[in-house]
Amino acid sequence: AWYILSHINLIEKQRETKGPPNGQVDLEVEKKEIKTETSNDGSGNNNANSSSPGSTSLGATSKSPTGPAEDQQTLLAVLQFLKRNKLNESVDILRREAGLSVEIDDSPGSASGGAGSGGASNSTVDGGDTNSLLSRVSIAIPAAPAVTAAPVPPKVTASGGEDQPDVNVVLSAYSQQGDPDLYPLYYNGLKKFIESVLDCHRAELSQVFYPLFVHMYLELVYNNHEVEAKQFFEKFSGDQECYYAEDLRILSGMTKKEHMKGNETMLDFRTSKFVLRISRDSYQLLKRHLQERQNNQIWNIIQEHLYIDIFDGMPRSKSQIDAMSGSLAGEAKRDANKTKVFYGLLKEPEIEVPLDDEDEEAENEEGKPKKKKPKKDSMGSKSKKQDPNAPQQTRIPLPELKDSDKLDKIMNMKEAAKKIRLGSDNLPSICFYTFLNAYQGLTAVDITDDSSLIAGGFADSTVRVWSVTPKKLRRVKSAADLSNIDKESDDVLERIMDEKTASESKILYGHSGPVYGISFSPDRNYLLSSSEDGTVRLWSLQTFTCLVGYKGHNYPVWDTQFSPYGYYFVSGGHDRVARLWATDHYQPLRMFAGHLADVTCTRFHPNSNYVATGSADRTIRLWDVLNGNCVRILTGHKGPIHSLAFSPNGKFMASGATDGRVLLWDIGHGLMIGELKGHTDTIYALRFSRDGEILASGSMDNTVKLWDTLKAFDDVELDDFTAATGHIHLPENSQELLLGSYTTKSTPVIHLHFTRRNLLLAAGAYNP
Amino acid sequence: IVGMADREERRFAEVPRESVKLMSESAGVELSDELAALLAEDVCYRLREATQSSSQFMRHAKRRKLTVEDFNRALRWSNVEAIAGYGAQDALPFRPIKEGELFFVEDREINLVELALATNIPKGCAETMVRVNVSYLDGKGNLEPQGTVPSAVQTLSEDLLKYYQQVTRAILGEDPHLMKVALLDLQSNSKMAALLPYFVYVISGVKSVSHDLEQLNRLLHMVKSLVQNPYLYLGSYVRSLVSSVMYCILEPLAASINPLNDHWTLRDYAALLLSHIFWTHGDLVSGLYHQILLSLQKVLSDPVRPLCSHYGAVVGLHALGWKAVERVLYPHLPAYWSNLQAVLDDYSVSNAQVKADGHKVYGAILVAVERLLKMKALSLSLPAERGFGAQPGSGGVAGFRVSSPGLSPPPEPLSEAALGIASHLQGPGGAGTPWEDWTPVPLPAMYCELYSFFGDSLAVRLSTGPSLGGCPPSPPGPAANPDTARKMPQLTANLNVSPRQDGSPRPEPAPPSLAATRRNSSSRPGQRSVGPSRDVFPKARFPPPQAGPPAFSFLIGGRQTGRRCQGRRFQTSFSPAPPPSSAPPRTYAHKLPVIGRVGKPLRRWTCSHYSLHLPL
Repeated sequence: AWYILSHINLIEKQRETKGPPNGQVDLEVEKKEIKTETSNDGSGNNNANSSSPGSTSLGATSKSPTGPAEDQQTLLAVLQFLKRNKLNESVDILRREAGLSVEIDDSPGSASGGAGSGGASNSTVDGGDTNSLLSRVSIAIPAAPAVTAAPVPPKVTASGGEDQPDVNVVLSAYSQQGDPDLYPLYYNGLKKFIESVLDCHRAELSQVFYPLFVHMYLELVYNNHEVEAKQFFEKFSGDQECYYAEDLRILSGMTKKEHMKGNETMLDFRTSKFVLRISRDSYQLLKRHLQERQNNQIWNIIQEHLYIDIFDGMPRSKSQIDAMSGSLAGEAKRDANKTKVFYGLLKEPEIEVPLDDEDEEAENEEGKPKKKKPKKDSMGSKSKKQDPNAPQQTRIPLPELKDSDKLDKIMNMKEAAKKIRLGSDNLPSICFYTFLNAYQGLTAVDITDDSSLIAGGFADSTVRVWSVTPKKLRRVKSAADLSNIDKESDDVLERIMDEKTASESKILYGHSGPVYGISFSPDRNYLLSSSEDGTVRLWSLQTFTCLVGYKGHNYPVWDTQFSPYGYYFVSGGHDRVARLWATDHYQPLRMFAGHLADVTCTRFHPNSNYVATGSADRTIRLWDVLNGNCVRILTGHKGPIHSLAFSPNGKFMASGATDGRVLLWDIGHGLMIGELKGHTDTIYALRFSRDGEILASGSMDNTVKLWDTLKAFDDVELDDFTAATGHIHLPENSQELLLGSYTTKSTPVIHLHFTRRNLLLAAGAYNP
Repeated sequence: IVGMADREERRFAEVPRESVKLMSESAGVELSDELAALLAEDVCYRLREATQSSSQFMRHAKRRKLTVEDFNRALRWSNVEAIAGYGAQDALPFRPIKEGELFFVEDREINLVELALATNIPKGCAETMVRVNVSYLDGKGNLEPQGTVPSAVQTLSEDLLKYYQQVTRAILGEDPHLMKVALLDLQSNSKMAALLPYFVYVISGVKSVSHDLEQLNRLLHMVKSLVQNPYLYLGSYVRSLVSSVMYCILEPLAASINPLNDHWTLRDYAALLLSHIFWTHGDLVSGLYHQILLSLQKVLSDPVRPLCSHYGAVVGLHALGWKAVERVLYPHLPAYWSNLQAVLDDYSVSNAQVKADGHKVYGAILVAVERLLKMKALSLSLPAERGFGAQPGSGGVAGFRVSSPGLSPPPEPLSEAALGIASHLQGPGGAGTPWEDWTPVPLPAMYCELYSFFGDSLAVRLSTGPSLGGCPPSPPGPAANPDTARKMPQLTANLNVSPRQDGSPRPEPAPPSLAATRRNSSSRPGQRSVGPSRDVFPKARFPPPQAGPPAFSFLIGGRQTGRRCQGRRFQTSFSPAPPPSSAPPRTYAHKLPVIGRVGKPLRRWTCSHYSLHLPL
């Protein structure tokens, strides 16, 4: 204790002689402090959740409203202590300083000085000096008796308010009262400290600023310190990372306690702990600083509202941190992404494929639909061994293949045989489907896998389906007419269609709000649409009528998608929950809850065992369909996510957001492995080519961009360490990966689709 | 009335307390200053909140502009009464008043009575539709900065420009071999659609080279190549091409001053081309038919025009089909005959050249009217088959294009097409009065009249047919003069206008005629011994199924449906035979696959600009 105290005195002396604190000396002190800390606590105390030892009551000193008088008392106490320990030299120095320090009471230096001495004695407490502990307490308690009980309630609420955000309970966490005038001092003190630490730690510790700032501001607002809150905001909002600007704007509008009730952003902040990843070294620094300065206000916030995920190893660089941060609730905890994900593809059923030429002949001469002749060399029987990363074939029950599905698979394989290999030197052609006269009302588009149908969801609550081929859309005949049909004839499927209803497009009426999401079933018999009216509807493409309305969201449903194997579908909406449904159940099979804001987009993994959801909380989550668990939380976007795409091999995922960036993810490791910059507006469409070599992105900025994903995936070197820690260093190579940028004529790109032969189809509404 | 607060730390638009007070007063409530200030602040906050949540509706609607609807939705979902009334697509102007700091939304009053009684009924909104276009081929065409249109469509790329220069140079240059190569490529190249206007422009240069037969000839060949290119959609450029061709047919070219120049061949060739265009692009030029007939008639009835122009008019009419001859040339013949007779009867030396020209015209007229007689006879004898045969006519175009490597036009189909057009002409009434009250002359009368002009030379032609006895439509004329058959004049011996090779359409296919038929149908692998309907079908399209390699294996729709007779139309597929000359489909070419869909004839797709389907 003496050792430290003398150093503190040294600092005080430095301040006195040179004015601004000398970084080098400060640094020396910090290092020493770490040594003592570790020697005292051992290594057990690395979790922020473990409450700081005995600091609550001690912190009262610095918070007490008495101000200068209280400071003097503290000084006196310290002097007494020093005398008792026969540290006369220090006493002298302190005396001299105390005489001078009266006029600089308000300056942060003096405040931290006061807190610092408290911290110093604090560490002696750890050391087991009961003597000094007793004396300290005996002096401190009479100085500030009013405050000691304050920190108790938040403990309760923090655990109670975790799953169900009851507004009052949540808000009461802010009821702890501090001196509003001191908030800037605390914040500033921390800021000074962090600015003064070594570069390698500074970036990491700077992560604390934003959540601290928000919570301090909210505390001020909650306790009706409107003016102070505004001042606080003005003073420090400029320091925050630019990607938080959106949230800050919302915060700045909130200046009254009443405003906090029902404000979603606020609730998001309160109900979740902001997760920070900090290396052990940096964390120790921070902890030591806060304890030493008796900066209780901040320490409490960290305890209550932050989750600090501590890792061993090198502190991360600024760019690494920036890449991963930006979400509403900080980064993902590392153990959130540890579950094994079976990202491999399911084995395709073996289907006998008739030879091409034979088949064509059969069609021409016989004029019959082709027969499946048993053939030895079929493409399906590649008899690959089961992918070790693939889930069990029966992990989730999947519908059996119908004959028509098999036929379609054969078509698919034939087409696939004719597809061109894309690459950086062989780019796809792009065809654009322009919706004309949509009057700004086109809200969603989908194209069938075989590119034969295109559907649009519109703001006027309609869904329209067009045939893209010369084959017209026909309805099945009415029941009365159907009974007259010879059911034995081999063309019965053709006969049931009503020729009179043939048209190029059909309109589906049923929703009572804009249709935000739309998805064809893989067999092209059904269409799903999700709407602002809170329902998801299933339409038959045989009768062009609504079959089912799935109710459950009760709020706008932003997106829906069929499983690649049909039968299941997923929907997500304003209620922050994604739901898994089966077409024959009117209630959801799974609810995926965890997002802190709207679920904006939903996608099935190619193997149908997982569902990815993008959210307005700027995270992507991957959910296991089998058990409903969240198996991945991916952070890094700086805006609501509006598009997701899985690579055809199921290994990678791409996501696009309002920030105009596309991020690439390795699902197996749960890592960000690429950042594609170039778009200037929200990315609404993403799609991998059929072989996954090229990623196409379509945006509000009226462009389609093509990216070399092969190169992007190759450029990332994944050693065991980065895989384990998740701290990847992303190469800055957006420009090299960008293969082409294609401008439309004032038509935002809403949907992208690669045909089975790798022709790129894009769709959007002309917006003059 | 919303105003801007004049505070210093103004981050948002704010509602001043004065506004709140005004509002409350208008509602009959007195508010204290304090209360008004509080209310004002809260109103601001709630407005901001609603705006913020409304923006998500905008984002999900994939729009950039926040609409009244979005705001109303946000209000509704936060259980606030929505704003009554309707939102407008366009933003309402927000205006200040000059005198004071007052801002207001301009909201004009609409007089409903006026609106209801207005005569100009507003049109309904256009139907929402989807259109497809190829934006970028193979990822190219994007080198321009943002905002420009794709280069492949609008401006010529370097490659295309080079191609254009090379091809025009080759065609108009000295090397005949190069010219052939260039013409062949022009005929089959699928990527030069962008150059079409340029080539058409070059061809329209015929007027400036009327002294150079060789150049004219080459330009006409260029027309032929363009017309035959299956990948080109000529569109409105076909008019320009037709006018260039017409120029070569009708104009007294500078080259024809020199009698040694064989401009007759050029005119014949141009006429042939004209008929070819009408046959293959009938849909594009049908509107021109009438116009061309009129201009031909005008030339023919103008005695001042040189004989070579008259000749052109005659071969032109001939090219347009026997109906055209019947309608224009035949009624005009009596008047014209006297002029021609005068020329032919003048044996003076100075007239020798003119007389030779006159003989040319004479020969052309003879050929034309003979064909007229034959076809008319045929049309009378086979009325039923004609109606039947007209059907595949439209579908046969593609087949014809493919199967005719040279410029030999289809013998019979030509007349069929012309018939179709002519009948179309009759329907709407045509233009001039002569068309209105025109009534077909019965065949015997026509024959008699023509015989009176041409005498034996006409009869000879008809009587060279098969067995004389089996010629029912022929009047007794030819039968009465069998002995004059050998006295055929030499006039038409060198007439080049006999591309029709149409000596064959006999009313009944007697065995002795086989030798004659073989001549024009030698390209066919085998001879079919079907009934008389054979002649009305485009021959090349229906080879016998059992003979020869199935190079052009077409299915006959009628047969198939007939056999199945269940109306299974989707199975009677016309698989479009790939043009032998065309390159294999490009690698990225993509045919959207549909299960159970039946391929449609190729031609339907070629002009699918306006259709949803992608013709790749």
